[in-house]
Amino acid sequence: MLSVKVHNLCLKNPVMTASGTFGYGEEFADFVDLERLGGFIVKGTTGSHREGNPYPRMAETPSGMLNAVGLQNGGVEKFCKEVYHRIKHLDTNIIVNVSGSSIEEYCDVASQIDELEKIPAIELNISCPNVKKGGMGFGTNPEMAAQVVSEVRKVYHKTLIVKLTPNVTSVVDIAKAVEDAGADSVSLINTMLGMAVDVEKQRPYLSTITGGLSGPAVKPVAVRMVWQVAHAVKIPVVGLGGIATAADALEFLMVGAKAIQVGTANFIDPAVTMKIVDGLEDYCKRHGINDINDIIGII
Amino acid sequence: MKEIHNFSILERRQLGSRYFALVLGHGGRMQPVAPGQFVEVLVEGSRDVMLRRPISVHDVDEEKGTMTLLIQIVGNGTRKLAELGVGDKLNVVYPLGHGFTSDLRPQTSALLVGGGAGIAPLLHLSKVLKAKSVSCTILLGGRTAELIPVRDEFNPYGRLCIATDDGSMGHKGLVVEHPAFSESYDMIYTCGPTPMMKAVARSAAERGIRCEVSLENMMACGVGACLCCVTDTDDGHRCVCKDGPVFDISTMRKWYEK
Repeated sequence: MLSVKVHNLCLKNPVMTASGTFGYGEEFADFVDLERLGGFIVKGTTGSHREGNPYPRMAETPSGMLNAVGLQNGGVEKFCKEVYHRIKHLDTNIIVNVSGSSIEEYCDVASQIDELEKIPAIELNISCPNVKKGGMGFGTNPEMAAQVVSEVRKVYHKTLIVKLTPNVTSVVDIAKAVEDAGADSVSLINTMLGMAVDVEKQRPYLSTITGGLSGPAVKPVAVRMVWQVAHAVKIPVVGLGGIATAADALEFLMVGAKAIQVGTANFIDPAVTMKIVDGLEDYCKRHGINDINDIIGII
Repeated sequence: MKEIHNFSILERRQLGSRYFALVLGHGGRMQPVAPGQFVEVLVEGSRDVMLRRPISVHDVDEEKGTMTLLIQIVGNGTRKLAELGVGDKLNVVYPLGHGFTSDLRPQTSALLVGGGAGIAPLLHLSKVLKAKSVSCTILLGGRTAELIPVRDEFNPYGRLCIATDDGSMGHKGLVVEHPAFSESYDMIYTCGPTPMMKAVARSAAERGIRCEVSLENMMACGVGACLCCVTDTDDGHRCVCKDGPVFDISTMRKWYEK
């Protein structure tokens, strides 16, 4: 009833988790049956170990939060040698978010992940707002976005999802550019660039001054962008941005997302993804829907 | 194992103007909570508060199946929590984090140094240490006596010493200036304001005494996934929520020397 396809990926249901909010899955194993997820996207992985940004790295804002983690991670080698072997037995789609500062770094990481049998896809992160070099720089310019995608396409042979930033004038232009360059799917939205000031201390909350806004506050923007992109490209769209309930997930599905990712909501209720899967089942039953694909893109 | 549970508030105690304690239970068996571990509570009914608030566990009664949280009112989240009363529900994710090392040998001696809200986890720790026949000195500090939220509760578990900046109770001055601080111990534990913990850690390092510090930070996930709550350590950035909140100072030179 709930199974969907994103390119070659078969998902038990459309519910996945967003990179950077779910660690390597293990952190949530006490709360969530990981194999009941359609998939999960592991933490952004770069060519070598990164310490990320100085703290403070987060601030709470109305119905949302700002983060400036800056891709702290152990590097691709550590992922392949250690983390992968701890999670590869899980019967779900484990997707690695691939990040970098240069086209060479993206290609290096992607080609190493390509070797891992149980990783059926990568999510190419050309949209991180919290790193000085690369990241969002690639995702805000259609030519650069196309260039990094076509180079990665040469070395990566499985499902290639490209994660897009909302911090652009026309997200459709970027989506079309990466589709033409060989992407199998796009996911959107990454965080929105934001800022908050501690007026008592008379300084920004974040060490980096600006950071990425996530949570329910960004949801209407994300729904609008998913709707625009889903009508403009032929490849499947994965929707995310502020999803916290089954109704939120349904909004994204109805405007054209084939699957969704849950991010910040995992922090508020670590078991929220299971509730969303249950809620989708319940919705289908209540509305006499036999196949969730019947409501995807109805708007 | 970590779990999410709806607890009932069985008791609420106001402790001066800035602190209150909530006794929680859910009628069933609780997960074991080690001293120094914390919980993340959901703040409901506030427009400004979305993320859970990390609160350290002050006391645990395994027989009754209750735990006590000692909370300092610092912002919108804790102000909203202060409105809760007996019979209200509180959604809790617990137990979280890496707590204090409490498996000391019998007849060893420990110093527990607490300041402000940092006093909270030391009660549970002192009880566990007492049960292991560790001789405890509990040294509590605050700017004034009113800002030391609990004191007498510690009496059954060791020697209680107090230091206040204004001399309104106990020794006048900082905790590290209290005569009991300079005595010899096998282990020092500390939780409180960062400058206090750094002073304690520096002294312990100089004297070659093993020492653990319990840090505090703003958190999102509480389980080591989002990497928002990191601290500097000698091994690079580590999550306060998962690798801590308790760290051995042998890995924290960069932190306490800064």
